[in-house]
Amino acid sequence: MSGVHAGLEEQIDQWRTWVLRRPAITPDDAAELEDNLRGRVDDLRAGGLDDDEAFLVAVRRMGDLDDVSREFAREHSERLWKQLVLVPDAPSDAARRWRDLGVLIALALCAGGAVKALLALGDDEGFALNVGFAVLPFLAAYFAWSRRLSGRVVGALVGLAAAVAVTVNLYPFVGSPDDDVATTLVLVATHLPVLLWLLLGVAYAGGLWRDHARRMDFVRFTGELVVYFALIAMGGGVLVALLFATFGVVDVDVQPFVSGWLMPFAVPGAFFVAAWLVEAKQAVVENIAPVLTRVFTPLTLLLLVAVLVALLTGGQLDAVDRTLLILMDAILLLVLGLLLYSISARDPLAPGTAFDWLQLALVVTAFAVNVVALVAMVTRIADAGWTANKTAALGLDAVLLVHLVGTGWLLWRFLRQGGTFDAVERWQTRYLPVYAAWAAIVVVAFPPAFSFA
Amino acid sequence: MHIEKDLVAAAATPLVLGILADGDLHGYAILKRVGELSDGRLQWTDGMLYPLLHRLERNGWVSARWDAESGRKRKHYTLTAAGREALADRQAQWDVVADALRQVWNNLQGPSAAEAWA
Repeated sequence: MSGVHAGLEEQIDQWRTWVLRRPAITPDDAAELEDNLRGRVDDLRAGGLDDDEAFLVAVRRMGDLDDVSREFAREHSERLWKQLVLVPDAPSDAARRWRDLGVLIALALCAGGAVKALLALGDDEGFALNVGFAVLPFLAAYFAWSRRLSGRVVGALVGLAAAVAVTVNLYPFVGSPDDDVATTLVLVATHLPVLLWLLLGVAYAGGLWRDHARRMDFVRFTGELVVYFALIAMGGGVLVALLFATFGVVDVDVQPFVSGWLMPFAVPGAFFVAAWLVEAKQAVVENIAPVLTRVFTPLTLLLLVAVLVALLTGGQLDAVDRTLLILMDAILLLVLGLLLYSISARDPLAPGTAFDWLQLALVVTAFAVNVVALVAMVTRIADAGWTANKTAALGLDAVLLVHLVGTGWLLWRFLRQGGTFDAVERWQTRYLPVYAAWAAIVVVAFPPAFSFA
Repeated sequence: MHIEKDLVAAAATPLVLGILADGDLHGYAILKRVGELSDGRLQWTDGMLYPLLHRLERNGWVSARWDAESGRKRKHYTLTAAGREALADRQAQWDVVADALRQVWNNLQGPSAAEAWA
């Protein structure tokens, strides 16, 4: 670049800074656009224009930068995630954010009130069955409001949730003599939140739940929500501990206040604030997500290898304890959650890296653990017959296995055979409804199938 | 001549794939080629081209690599085997459309030509 074009270089520098201010445009995109701009400028100069004229015409011909940015965001939905937040659609964006917080806090208070009312009934089983119905509809209401959900979708969601709520509350669960809570009730109480959460996803997606990008956004939302909620819960835990310690010194018992009033409002409140933070500050945690997954993927791999070794050397498989099998399902769920979270945070255009291989290793090890668990479970069932717990564990294991095999196969294709990462992503979002279906089966069909025991 | 947005969008993918079938190019060269092929009547904006190229890359139909020529970073796009298949598929689809349209145009011209002779 000769000194003659110093003015032009300066203009291009300024233009680049301006382009890079848009969150949907990455430095690589900017470099690509800059190459394009320079190409146009060169051609225009060859046609007789001077530097300034050529620059102006070239910039003009590239199209309105806002439109360009919007097109980039539309194509890269993972960036749209940022675009939605950082490019305000109205100057009153900050005001809107505070209004959202106000609405969410009001809804959180309603949820806290509902939880408090449930607790006041003093029925532990009823509480376990209904706590999801006390909290999640209020969050769904927020999404319905902020996304202007159509009446039809709202009606369908309310109808479904109400039908499930009435059904599980009418089921005549019978506790066994030794541990007085019915197994199927525990199964319903653990699977119900999954079902409700995925229904919430429909509201989150603004009703467009068939859309791949919206589903991926919901996965991102869920992952970030867990991170924020954990952070808030830890901070809250420290505060509560200090509260107990201080009042202990002055001999005032705060236990009734904490368990009776603070917790019913603080826990849903933390949950709602976390949801608001994810909505409002997406880009902040987005920088944490890749770091977290990079830390926990190798650690989880080590855990899985240890579990596998323990399973294989721990004696006869048919003697494996049921609790261990349920734990194993929990571990596999964690692995899939981690996978989903890191896939949602990954740039689908980036080439395969060592980290992708690490993930493949994680999938393969999880697969091995899953097969061992399946063998153990089938052996147990062959010996002792079908019980609700074993059937639920087996079914979940089968669901997880298919998810893992699909992910592993597509990751392998991506890394070795010219497959795309997009295929890996699409498989994840396509598979989500299977979890909803399985949770629905356990919630609705298991109690009658196992005579409410 | 103004060409409708939907038509431009529908033709974009086969056009890019077809242009890349002749050899690797960078974004601006693809834009120029589109201009040449249509005698300047098809004008694409950057907002259209680059997201499209990235989508094709995501689908695995093109692959991209960065080169540095005379200190300038430049992204080159190459058609992949899957891209070639997609191109053949699109070509077959467009052949059907073009064939049907040609018959329609002929019918349109036919009667009026006949009237002129009458």
